[in-house]
Amino acid sequence: MPENEPFEKQPDSLEDRHATDWPLWEIFIRSQNGLAHKHAGSLHAPDAEMALKNARDVYTRRNEGVSIWVVRSSDITASSPGEKEILFEPANNKVYRYPGFYPVPDEVKNL
Amino acid sequence: MTPEEREFQQKIDAGIKVEPKDWMPEAYRKTLIRQISQHAHSEIVGQLPEGNWITRAPTLKRKAILLAKVQDEAGHGLYLYGAAETLGIRRDQMIEDLLAGKAKYSSVFNYPTLTWADMGAIGWLVDGAAIINQIPLCRCSYGPYARGMIRICKEENFHQRQGFDIMFTLTRGTPEQKAMAQDALNRWWWPAVMMHGPSDAESKHSAQSLQWKIKLFSNDELRQKFIDQIAPQAEYLGLTIPDPELKWNPERGHYDFGAIDWDEFHNVIRGNGPCNRDRLRTRKEAHEAGAWVREGAAAYARKRAIREAA
Ligand SMILES: [Fe+2]
Ligand SMILES: [Fe+2]
Repeated sequence: MPENEPFEKQPDSLEDRHATDWPLWEIFIRSQNGLAHKHAGSLHAPDAEMALKNARDVYTRRNEGVSIWVVRSSDITASSPGEKEILFEPANNKVYRYPGFYPVPDEVKNL
Repeated sequence: MTPEEREFQQKIDAGIKVEPKDWMPEAYRKTLIRQISQHAHSEIVGQLPEGNWITRAPTLKRKAILLAKVQDEAGHGLYLYGAAETLGIRRDQMIEDLLAGKAKYSSVFNYPTLTWADMGAIGWLVDGAAIINQIPLCRCSYGPYARGMIRICKEENFHQRQGFDIMFTLTRGTPEQKAMAQDALNRWWWPAVMMHGPSDAESKHSAQSLQWKIKLFSNDELRQKFIDQIAPQAEYLGLTIPDPELKWNPERGHYDFGAIDWDEFHNVIRGNGPCNRDRLRTRKEAHEAGAWVREGAAAYARKRAIREAA
């Protein structure tokens, strides 16, 4: 989920975007091969290429990563806290999805 | 308290973090915006006293270290501006407020850096005091702020160590170098002690902030901790802390210390410190001088996006 919601809609036309009001980017970093990219934070940059360069300086000054993803914050669709029940409550009802739901006789091993 | 506010407080009491899109009281949001943005401004303005010595560092090694330290502070400012933005304030707004002199930053940065030993004293004392303020905030109730603080605290230890290392080297040097270290300690001690803010009796926002867990210890508790840590280190260095009343109190298990000159503190906050005007002017000039870079980068991005869309 993006930490930073864009507070003002991006202007539709590329020309009328204010020179200094750079879009917000979410930064994801893979700390080492074998691990997934993880959200590290966000930053402002005029385009993806600059976002990548800035992310390198802001978030990986001490070998924190081997790979960086930058994603424009406005391109992320996030669930909202209000939907928590609708989205996640059903999972709590289905206790039979967990192995602990099933009794196992003491005599039976390796199950 | 409204039912929503009660639920919010219960969540905080239970140690559940507040995330950007969760409901929160307006006053919580406002207090945090003020706290985090002031903190961000302090990191950014805090680069200036040390930036003053980058070109005059005594060796290439010290220069590279100082440069890395100052770059970290820029990073700290950016993490914190990012955390504040999640609460609904635009970054440009925060920067405008700083440059217009409307926003506060830590008053310790309004003192001048007169000698190389000041680089030692700042790392050792100012970053040392900042660490004590910041470590508890890694557990604060607001998720993005806590995550930013964890990142910052990891980097601050390097800052304090390199400062101590400068002091150590000077105190083991010539009598002039040792005197320089003592002079820096004399000038930075009290401003560093004041970094934890007004005494508890005077501090206005403390009770509510403690309840919201955006402050975890009182100013006086943090200050005591700082003094208890630094006093033996100063002794090891063979330097004298400029407080005749500083003395170990075995009954309390803490150092006693002399009265703090709060008039000076308030005077510097009000804008009358030795460098207030200078710091803001430097910041403003840097911002204006960088305008063409920002405009150029934006123009390039626009042009490329249009070309790609065609
Ligand atoms: Fe910092
Ligand atoms: Fe620092």
